[in-house]
Amino acid sequence: MYAVEYQKAKSAADASGLIAKSGGRALAGGQSLIGAMKLRLAQPGTLVDLAGIPELAGIRVESGTLSIGAMTRHADVAGSADVKRTIPALAALAEGIGDRQVRNMGTIGGSLANNDPAADWPAAVLALGATVITHQRRIGASDFFKGMYETALAADEIITAVSFPVPRKAAYVKFPNPASRFALVGVFVAQLADGSARVAVTGAAPSVFRAASVEAALAKAFTPDAAKAAHVDAAGLSSDLHASAAYRAHLIPVIAARAVAAA
Amino acid sequence: MGANESGYIGQSLRRKEDRRFLTGAGQYTDDVTLPHQTHAYFLRSPHAHARIRSIDTSKAAKAPGVVAIYTGADLEGVGGLPCGWLITSVDGTPMKEPPHPVLAKGKVRHVGDQVALVVAETRIQAKDAAELIEVDYDVLPAVTHPVDALAPGAPQIHDEAPGNHCYTWALGDKAAVDAAFAKAAHVTKLDLVNNRLIPNAIEPRAAVASHSASDDSYTLYVTSQNPHVERLLMAAFVLGLPEHKLRVIAPDVGGGFGSKIYLYAEETALVWASKRVGRPIKWVAERSESFLTDAHGRDHVTHAELALDKDGKFLAMRVNTTAAMGAYLSTFASCIPTILYATLLAGQYTTPAIHCEVKAAFTNTAPVDAYRGAGRPEATYVVERIVRQAGVEMGIAQDEIRRRNFIRSFPYQTPVALTYDTGNYDATLDGANELADVKGFAARKAEAAKRGKLRGLGYSSYIEACGLAPSNIAGALGARAGLFEAGQVRVNPTGSVTVFTGSHSHGQGHETTFAQIVATRLGIPVDNVDVVHGDTGRIAFGMGTYGSRSLAVGGTAIVKALDKIVGKGKKIAAHLLEAAESDIEFADGKFTVAGTDRSKTFGEIALTAYVPHNYPLDKLEPGLDETAFYDPTNFTYPAGTHICEVEIDPDTGVVQVVKFSACDDFGNIVNPMIVEGQVHGGLTQGIGQALLEGCIYDRESGQLLTGSYMDYAMPRADDVPSYQVSTRVTPCTVNPLGTKGCGEAGAIGSPPALINAVLDALAPAGVTKLDMPATPHRVWQAIQSAKAAS
Repeated sequence: MYAVEYQKAKSAADASGLIAKSGGRALAGGQSLIGAMKLRLAQPGTLVDLAGIPELAGIRVESGTLSIGAMTRHADVAGSADVKRTIPALAALAEGIGDRQVRNMGTIGGSLANNDPAADWPAAVLALGATVITHQRRIGASDFFKGMYETALAADEIITAVSFPVPRKAAYVKFPNPASRFALVGVFVAQLADGSARVAVTGAAPSVFRAASVEAALAKAFTPDAAKAAHVDAAGLSSDLHASAAYRAHLIPVIAARAVAAA
Repeated sequence: MGANESGYIGQSLRRKEDRRFLTGAGQYTDDVTLPHQTHAYFLRSPHAHARIRSIDTSKAAKAPGVVAIYTGADLEGVGGLPCGWLITSVDGTPMKEPPHPVLAKGKVRHVGDQVALVVAETRIQAKDAAELIEVDYDVLPAVTHPVDALAPGAPQIHDEAPGNHCYTWALGDKAAVDAAFAKAAHVTKLDLVNNRLIPNAIEPRAAVASHSASDDSYTLYVTSQNPHVERLLMAAFVLGLPEHKLRVIAPDVGGGFGSKIYLYAEETALVWASKRVGRPIKWVAERSESFLTDAHGRDHVTHAELALDKDGKFLAMRVNTTAAMGAYLSTFASCIPTILYATLLAGQYTTPAIHCEVKAAFTNTAPVDAYRGAGRPEATYVVERIVRQAGVEMGIAQDEIRRRNFIRSFPYQTPVALTYDTGNYDATLDGANELADVKGFAARKAEAAKRGKLRGLGYSSYIEACGLAPSNIAGALGARAGLFEAGQVRVNPTGSVTVFTGSHSHGQGHETTFAQIVATRLGIPVDNVDVVHGDTGRIAFGMGTYGSRSLAVGGTAIVKALDKIVGKGKKIAAHLLEAAESDIEFADGKFTVAGTDRSKTFGEIALTAYVPHNYPLDKLEPGLDETAFYDPTNFTYPAGTHICEVEIDPDTGVVQVVKFSACDDFGNIVNPMIVEGQVHGGLTQGIGQALLEGCIYDRESGQLLTGSYMDYAMPRADDVPSYQVSTRVTPCTVNPLGTKGCGEAGAIGSPPALINAVLDALAPAGVTKLDMPATPHRVWQAIQSAKAAS
């Protein structure tokens, strides 16, 4: 790791100002950023720590929505009675992120801002049609994810919370990369309050995306068999050491079917 | 725990070393901090193959904290790292041994090749400065696959090795094999890849080197499995130091699996630089460096053929293997795919004629050397895969085809140079069948099918040659070192005992096992025995730990020293008891005049030896401290049968190991708990190779694609089942302990058992070919290919 300046922000606006001034980066749970810095793959001159900012904390259930503060740790989402009661799929997703150490440090806001192509949270946000709330604005899920490690966030924009509309049912199933155990293919399926089916896939492409063919199949019948029978085209999917695009295309309906069964 | 009639032998004593490991009190190399210590960082090649036009260290030298920077040009007069085993090609020429420079000279030959050593006040400063070194590379085409490397027109890695050819070696009677194939009723043919592995010891390699100006001597703390060999090679062959001026200490070491046998460039450069810097230097590998520079394992491409008669009796086997050596010859690289591979191709079977030819190739990769099993897993994989396939092709059950060919008469001379002293292969096959509940398999398979899953059962009846080795035989085969072991038993005046062993423990539990032997033989409490290892300054000599040799060879050296202790004790007792020496018996810690109740305890004899007031000083030296060297007369031959049961999800290709049963014959067992732990670890490594692990270099650029745990899959606890293990015992006839060795068996036997199980499960899907590792992607692809072909 290179030497780095550390600053602690008092509020989201304060953090934004410190980042704008220093050209540095926000530090949430640090589970991706610190690792990249240790490998000297990232070298921010300044880290602005978001820990302890009151407005970024807390899980709230409001009329038909579940709101999770950006600095909420994965372990706290996994253990939250409110989450388990309203959208249990999110608690299960959080419980499956990384290992215990990662879950005790990593945050939902940090994960979304990083938008790793194999991260779990983006699938939930996109499938549930959640809203990402920043200290400046509200960004709909379909506008938020822009590409590999790219989001709609400005460099000095701080996520404060994520607001999830409560679906009728939902589930996330991750098919892990045998080495990293990140999602090789992760599928979040949801039947929203209006009855529509949404399916978001992570790990399979440069950024999270909706599987239109699986959604169409589930619109007709929200059943595992319907999901499994869907055809996903391999074009545009990732191909690497661990999986060809064709294998990922095959896995998406298979894993979607398992998610539907679990929903 | 007290001793029973057979003393501590056969008791599962808790490991004496575990308290310090579990409480964080272990002393590893990185725990060593010397006064005025500096820190080293190695600048490494980012290219697989490149000419070095120039290196400019001027900016780096001015960086904060920099003490010194060295490149290959500074190491004039320093030799290359040697290879310890000469292999002679079939045409009578010696293998090609290109120089293996401590720091690159003129060229780099793999990603991670060390180019410069930066010494600074802190590790971070050394690393920062290394980034300021400007190296002008002329990047050359690279070749990473051994078959590609031997193909015409491949990039030339060393001028000294035309066509990247290191040697072509053969073993066995080719004419006899050809004749047997000509009359065979059936021939089974098989192409196999034994995947390249990265060792991944939990403790990365590390070293702390210092020089003492007062007597011009050096001390090296290093993560080594064999400190005396390290000292000998470094002093005599590389740095030209008098051996007695270099002390090598390998303190607690966190796993080796072979990768810490070798003399590496880093610690050699540190020792050399420590005198020039005039301060101690520490280096600890980052995990990324471990991936790039620890000697890797396996990497074979093989074609094998088995000839059988109409009843499934093996008539002959023919094996052609191409093996990667990597960019340079590591310390024992040359003997792994030859002496430790082809000699094991008889397996447990009476195959009368075997011929094996091995071509070794230089590649633009990390060097390849011994890794847990070292040649024997590769041989077992060939034998047990082809035996399965022959059984399938001829419609003979998997256990039956093995039984029809088992060796049952001992000693048995194989057609590939080894003489098995003893064994009972039916017993371990029966034992494995029981553990695996083979009778219930059909029902389990049917039940799995109802859930849409494919179940399969795979056998592997392995043998290994351990207890390396008779030095004269090894020497005749090209070894440039002896393979004996040394042991010293020092009885202290108060009767406690300090044992010095040339074996090195880095997870094997020697401090407990060896103490159990000593305490049993001397009839004293095990807590009165301490075992010292890993220090050339304290231990007479040693060849170290590898090849499951420590108990069979190192343990026997201790037994020989104990015999001397008891012999001298009898002389002292005879004097004290005024009896003839021949009338003194030693048992249960007492020297007794036969047929009387007159005796002296071991403690009394020890005290007398050091307070020799009433002592035959005219005939006997005082003191009670004996050393023995033991050179075995034969290898030992652990063997057993492993049975793996898998369940495959055809929708995803995921292979789950649902049951793994291992029945092994390690000869006599000193500590069953430690043996079971060794088996569990070995099985997990073997399952890792078969299911998950695979080192992959980009075939064009030579970049290591599996350079971190993000891409290199190590087995985790939930990848393996709860193992079913048992043992059968035929005592080894070669050593007085009757022991054979257990450290590698798990890693040797398990990979073919797993792949055979996967192939059995996939047979209904039409799959006949599969290479390790059986990843979900690869299994799914195999199913798709079979579908497409049908």
